[in-house]
Amino acid sequence: MNSIIVTTREGEEHKLEAQVGISVMEVIRDAGLDELLALCGGCCSCATCHIYVEEGPFDALSEVTADENDLLDSSDHRNDRSRLACQLIYSDALAGLRVQIAPED
Amino acid sequence: MIRFDILIVGAGHAGAQLAVALCQRKFEGTIAIVGDEPDPPYERPPLSKDYFSGDKSFERILIRPATFWRERSIEMLLGHRVEYVLPDQHRVALSNGSFIEYGSLVWATGGSPRKLTCPGHHLSGVHYVRTRADVDLMKAELSDVRKVVVVGGGYIGLESAAVLRKLGKEVTLVEALDRVLARVAGEPLSRFYEAEHGNRGVHVRLSTQVECLEGEGGRISGVRLATGELLSADMVIVGIGIIPATEALAAAGVANSNGILVDELCRTSVSDIFAVGDCAAHANRYAQGATIRLESVQNANDQAATVAKYLTGDSEPYDAVPWFWSTQFDLKLQTVGLSTGYDQTVLRGEPASRAFSLIYLRGGRVIALDCVNVARDYVQGKALVQGALVISAERLADASTPLKELAAAAVA
Repeated sequence: MNSIIVTTREGEEHKLEAQVGISVMEVIRDAGLDELLALCGGCCSCATCHIYVEEGPFDALSEVTADENDLLDSSDHRNDRSRLACQLIYSDALAGLRVQIAPED
Repeated sequence: MIRFDILIVGAGHAGAQLAVALCQRKFEGTIAIVGDEPDPPYERPPLSKDYFSGDKSFERILIRPATFWRERSIEMLLGHRVEYVLPDQHRVALSNGSFIEYGSLVWATGGSPRKLTCPGHHLSGVHYVRTRADVDLMKAELSDVRKVVVVGGGYIGLESAAVLRKLGKEVTLVEALDRVLARVAGEPLSRFYEAEHGNRGVHVRLSTQVECLEGEGGRISGVRLATGELLSADMVIVGIGIIPATEALAAAGVANSNGILVDELCRTSVSDIFAVGDCAAHANRYAQGATIRLESVQNANDQAATVAKYLTGDSEPYDAVPWFWSTQFDLKLQTVGLSTGYDQTVLRGEPASRAFSLIYLRGGRVIALDCVNVARDYVQGKALVQGALVISAERLADASTPLKELAAAAVA
């Protein structure tokens, strides 16, 4: 089943259908969860799609690039599970990924 | 007559984000958005980038899925324009003759492209880049196009030129001033982008005025320069700025001057009327307090947030740090702050390495950074701009020391 599980800031859990080749940011945005601003549309310029990877196939996640790392640094809420959702491209290997939307900066 | 507690005019970034922010803040009244395009809100920046190149479909640039608005009970009145506003009656008149009553009116209309007015401006094959329809029209013609002349060396022109080269077109870019990005960036950045475009085969023509457009059978065939030279063209793309869409509001007596004048809470001179985004002229502390309009996603979103807060009981003045981005070829430019009014620039890193920053100072204080392929400087530079920090040119130029360290040691 191609899906991921997203927990909102208010603690609600949503199981969202995901499409291979689409970013996790788009999966969340397209499901209508309005907490993710994703202002730059996914070009890694703004850090407004900050999420925490809670559980799932950690090994299957792409490496954090230098740009993503620097942008995450701009958040007061960064921890070791922080990612920018626009940089995680959904693939079969990510099925069942659990993420949480990080607090707004 | 229908009535909405909040009527938003304009379905671009600012209007859409305002509605989203009101929902997030649990606003319980009724909300409607009037938009003159047929489509639900979408991102405009990709129009000259990923959407133009075909790398992203329209669905992927929607700000929210089309169903979102209905689910949130936000009434979308698409394909309509507001013809005039009657502030005393709290009403607007739509192009179809109907009236809508409002509690609060938020003007988020953005602008329309500044048009060429020279002879031949009406020829088919002359395009502007502002709406999905504009870009769809260009894309539909592209297969028959070999030579394109881009008029204007701002971000829209440069981004379009980059896409067109990627699509294999012959591209000439014509700029009236003596460098590209002249209004928004320092000379080293201009020279860098001119060289990069040149290296990718774009013919960049500076200090070049367009005399007129020439056509055959109603279709563009060439651009005649003031020198008499003719550049043959199967298509012309014009990117020479926008004119804020303020007419209906101005006619209603709302104070304006190159934009609708707003205070720090985005309130206009008339009660219950607000303005946000590209069309809102506001005093910006990052422009040394000057009244300016900012044409950016950042400004659209942050002003929308200001109004959303105000309308839900929080008065938090707009005071956001401006940021922008531009993607051309494999170059990602990220800007923080506003460079207008700088008296000194400092290069940090080598342009030849294709990863460097240009830092702008005014009276010794950092006011902006243009960062090319250096996200780190962009992120860490924000604190320098926010604090208007005093840092020596020598230290700023030393790319081996992170800006974060300079910020920690600097004097505010």
